[in-house]
Amino acid sequence: MRWIINLLTSSIGLKLVMSLTGLFLCTFLLAHLAGNLQLLYNDGGEAFNLYAKFMTGNPLIKFISYGLYTLILLHAVQGLVLASINKKSKGSKYAVSAKGNGSWASKNMALLGTLILFFLLIHMGDFWWAMKRNNLEYVTYDGVEVKNLYKKVQISFKEWYIVLAYMVGLFALALHLLHGFSSAFQTLGLRHKKYTPIIKGIGYIFSILIPIAFAIIPIAIFFSQN
Amino acid sequence: MLNSNVPPGELSTKWTEYRSKMNLVAPGNKRRLEVIVVGTGLAGASAAATLGELGYNVKCFCFHDSPRRAHSIAAQGGINAAKNYQNDGDSIYRLFYDTIKGGDYRSRESNVHRLAEVSTEIIDQCVAQGVPFAREYGGLLANRSFGGVQVSRTFYARGQTGQQLLLGAYQSLSRQIANGNVKMYNRHEMLDLVKVDGKARGIITRNLLTGEIDRHAAHCVVMATGGYGNVYYLSTNAMGSNVSAGWRAVRRGALMANPCYVQIHPTCIPVSGEYQSKLTLMSESLRNDGRVWVPKSIEDAKAIQEGKKTGLDIAEEDRDYYLERRYPAFGNLVPRDVASRAAKVACDEGKGVSKTGLAVYLDFAAAIQRYGKSEALTQGIDNPSASAILKLGEDVVRKKYGNLFQMYEKITGENPYKMPMKIFPAVHYTMGGIWVDYNLETNVPGLFALGEANFSDHGANRLGASALMQGLADGYFVIPYTIGQFLSKEIRTPNISPDSAEFEQAEQDVRDRLAKLKAINGNQSVESFHRKLGKIIWEYCGMSRSEAGLNKAIGLVRDLRKEFYSDVYIPGELDEYNPELEKATRVADFLEMGEIMIVDALNRNESCGGHFREEYTSEEGEAKRNDADYTYVAAWEWDDDGNHKMHREDLEFKNVELKTRSYK
Amino acid sequence: MKLKLQVWRQKNKNAKGSLKLYNVEADEHMSFLEMLDVLNEQLISDKSDPIAFDHDCREGICGSCSLVIDGRPHGPQQGTTTCQLHMRHYKDGDTITIEPYRAKAFPIVKDLVTQRTAYDKIIQAGGYVSVNTGQAVDGNAIPIEGGIAAKAFDAATCIGCGACAAACPNGSAMLFTSAKIAHLSLLPQGQIEHKSRVRKMVAQMDKEGFGMCSNVGACEVDCPKEISTDNIARLNREYLSASLGAED
Repeated sequence: MRWIINLLTSSIGLKLVMSLTGLFLCTFLLAHLAGNLQLLYNDGGEAFNLYAKFMTGNPLIKFISYGLYTLILLHAVQGLVLASINKKSKGSKYAVSAKGNGSWASKNMALLGTLILFFLLIHMGDFWWAMKRNNLEYVTYDGVEVKNLYKKVQISFKEWYIVLAYMVGLFALALHLLHGFSSAFQTLGLRHKKYTPIIKGIGYIFSILIPIAFAIIPIAIFFSQN
Repeated sequence: MLNSNVPPGELSTKWTEYRSKMNLVAPGNKRRLEVIVVGTGLAGASAAATLGELGYNVKCFCFHDSPRRAHSIAAQGGINAAKNYQNDGDSIYRLFYDTIKGGDYRSRESNVHRLAEVSTEIIDQCVAQGVPFAREYGGLLANRSFGGVQVSRTFYARGQTGQQLLLGAYQSLSRQIANGNVKMYNRHEMLDLVKVDGKARGIITRNLLTGEIDRHAAHCVVMATGGYGNVYYLSTNAMGSNVSAGWRAVRRGALMANPCYVQIHPTCIPVSGEYQSKLTLMSESLRNDGRVWVPKSIEDAKAIQEGKKTGLDIAEEDRDYYLERRYPAFGNLVPRDVASRAAKVACDEGKGVSKTGLAVYLDFAAAIQRYGKSEALTQGIDNPSASAILKLGEDVVRKKYGNLFQMYEKITGENPYKMPMKIFPAVHYTMGGIWVDYNLETNVPGLFALGEANFSDHGANRLGASALMQGLADGYFVIPYTIGQFLSKEIRTPNISPDSAEFEQAEQDVRDRLAKLKAINGNQSVESFHRKLGKIIWEYCGMSRSEAGLNKAIGLVRDLRKEFYSDVYIPGELDEYNPELEKATRVADFLEMGEIMIVDALNRNESCGGHFREEYTSEEGEAKRNDADYTYVAAWEWDDDGNHKMHREDLEFKNVELKTRSYK
Repeated sequence: MKLKLQVWRQKNKNAKGSLKLYNVEADEHMSFLEMLDVLNEQLISDKSDPIAFDHDCREGICGSCSLVIDGRPHGPQQGTTTCQLHMRHYKDGDTITIEPYRAKAFPIVKDLVTQRTAYDKIIQAGGYVSVNTGQAVDGNAIPIEGGIAAKAFDAATCIGCGACAAACPNGSAMLFTSAKIAHLSLLPQGQIEHKSRVRKMVAQMDKEGFGMCSNVGACEVDCPKEISTDNIARLNREYLSASLGAED
């Protein structure tokens, strides 16, 4: 077992964890987006509410989601720890900071990550916690009673400041992904003259399209009510 | 008369026979024996690594912050070896012969033959270490040819052969450091040699970070401390390259052999102003395609010097391609000493082509045209336009010399594809050095000198790509054997104590010397003295020398030395990191080294290789050797009162016939 | 041209440093270091302390020179060491800020001089082929494809100057370490030891206090030998496969 500890505590091992958890979280983003786009169906929230019930009721999904929370925490905590180690390794900063060597995002992943974490807390507090606390209205579809999370979403996104917070969070997410996506492959050592440009291309598309798609939801809901 | 301890026997089998009958040191005893190696260039690093592998206790010293920074790193062209991979008739004898002839018959036959013998092993060793030599499509090692020879025997790694070879040696050294066989002392400068009972037993160093003076004792001392080219201030040497270790050994009884043999490399980037700190070499390979010229008329040259004209304004018929004119057989590819002198002659006539008048053109326009046309043919372009030819030609030249052209442009700001390059000779390598016998041992028992620091293999002129060969030969394949001749007699000697009176005295001498320098507290910087010294030596003991000039120079150097000891100013303290103090000790030694060079040049009443005396020339102005009177090594003993004593080693040539070098 | 220099002055390792302003008159043909020489001659003639900076070969290959010029190790010109940077890239009246390398593993000695022994330690941990002198087979016994040899060469051109760690916001030595790993593991001679080498060198790199690579890429931009971060990917790959594949 010593080797696992050696691996996971080495600089490359620590980065490996960041890379793998990051890539997993990217797949989660896709799944989450697919579910949430149901908010835009013109069915009064039926599809979305049934989906929400499924996601909170199914034991397997529940198990996966707790795994997910753990990985988010791991990614966040380890990221912050690494950022602080790295800061110490740098020692002091330069009086003049250079332009043009390395993107802003790549140098500020911890800051972006922290923003995203705050955003996640707001986001989960608003919806996930509401769902847990059991104080949502109920709605009945075909005789089945489900919590009306859809309505809660409608209420939240009526407020401009909440929508703005989402925009900030998603913008941070986009920047975080712009560096993180291809960086994860580099950390895994997956770099090839032919394939890396493809990975990078997919990474750019992913990091721009996914946050935009997420952003459409609060904006659409906001304008539909204001 | 000096005894070179050359073993008897046939030249071609001498080394093998000697090696198999040599005294050995048993592994158990090696562990108890300590060796000091000073310097971590090709010779020092390879020696320290190999001695460590053999099991000796090695202490290795360098003044840099890392052993990898020694100036061997800057060698560009390549390394010779008699592999005959090209099947072009190369052999150990041919490499031996070329080196003896290239050295103008002033080197020791037996040493040179040994060098040629081990050259092949060097390549094998370096490949095994992972040195990424250039390769052919089939994956086998590539070769190119260099000046003064008719075969392709030069192995290379683009323009960075020295770097790759040094990193190979450095990595081997690192391995020995890691396993404890070598203890490495970075940023330690040797300031004195310690002799106990007549044998070299240690050194005194200054820790450059803290200023601490330390004593280091060992059973013997190996110096691989490089050449003394920086006597000239401006040279292609690194800023830190110095003669101090060698010079301190001379002051403790070692001899400085043939100090007047200095190689001036013909193709360097010219001096651009008074502030210039060093000169940059442009590889010899450029002369394969570049044509060297100056304007025929002084008026044109003047116009160029004043900036009214450029090289492009001079019509073809008004140009003097003087190397092609004077040496039709070899043309632009004459050996270094010949090319350098010819450039000097042109500039002395007032035909120099830079602001200072000290530069000649190295022109690639003809090569670009030639390559462009042939490239157009191969690409099947009919009636190519002039601009198409130019572009194709430039591409070919870029492929061959791109990195050199880029370097030239970085330094001068001029585009060498459009404007002819300006070049001028510069001090590059010193063939002279500490006198050593066949075992590379100096006349001080237990003191060895390797690489450029010794005098042994290149005679009066070194051929291209031979310096790397010699450094590695000495370090990997000679000293590990020959050191046993000395150490096998020392197996009963207990560890040398650094507490003896001799060490104490040597340390005190160093402290006194440093305190004396610091106490002068004058008004001129160390650098300013170094510049002045460089100008004197360059003027009178540079590309050409005369009796009158040399006599004048001795006085100038002595006066300058006096001035140095009364007016130099060294800021900072002795017991701290103090680069100015480091420079001061080095310049102090250069000021003495310069004198011994002049003395040697005065003594040698002939012209040979890098030593060109104006009085001794043929009717056509070529160098004229005097084999009857000067076929010997002059090894000098320093005397503070100026009565330097010469020791002679007569050179015998049994295997080659002494001939006049001709390139006409 | 007249220039204003903001230069980091620090008496020794433990002293507190600060930027000091100097005026210097430079010529466009000077190299950057020659411009500092001129300033130092001025300082010496005023009997004040000259600025300490590491330098040696002044032709871009020894790796001694190490300044951070306006925030960039080795200054603004791509693929160029400080000693090969020339003043024609500046204009009259410019202000230039000169600082030492900053990375915890490179402690400051004085002013602009840092101690880079940590890089030697990384090489000592395994950056070599274990072959004793005299053990080698013929140089042509193992053919190596030209392209592979060239790739190994590109990685081997590293001059160990430390610009990568200095440019890195994390003070990471990954580009340096990976260049040596790539150079040796690409060649058949280096293959034999490559699994233990990569693990030992990474362990040493961590021990020396260098930070972690977060793939910023600043190292690649400021590397005077333009060594690619391709090598870092290779290092990651080799390290993971060596750690997962080895039996210990």
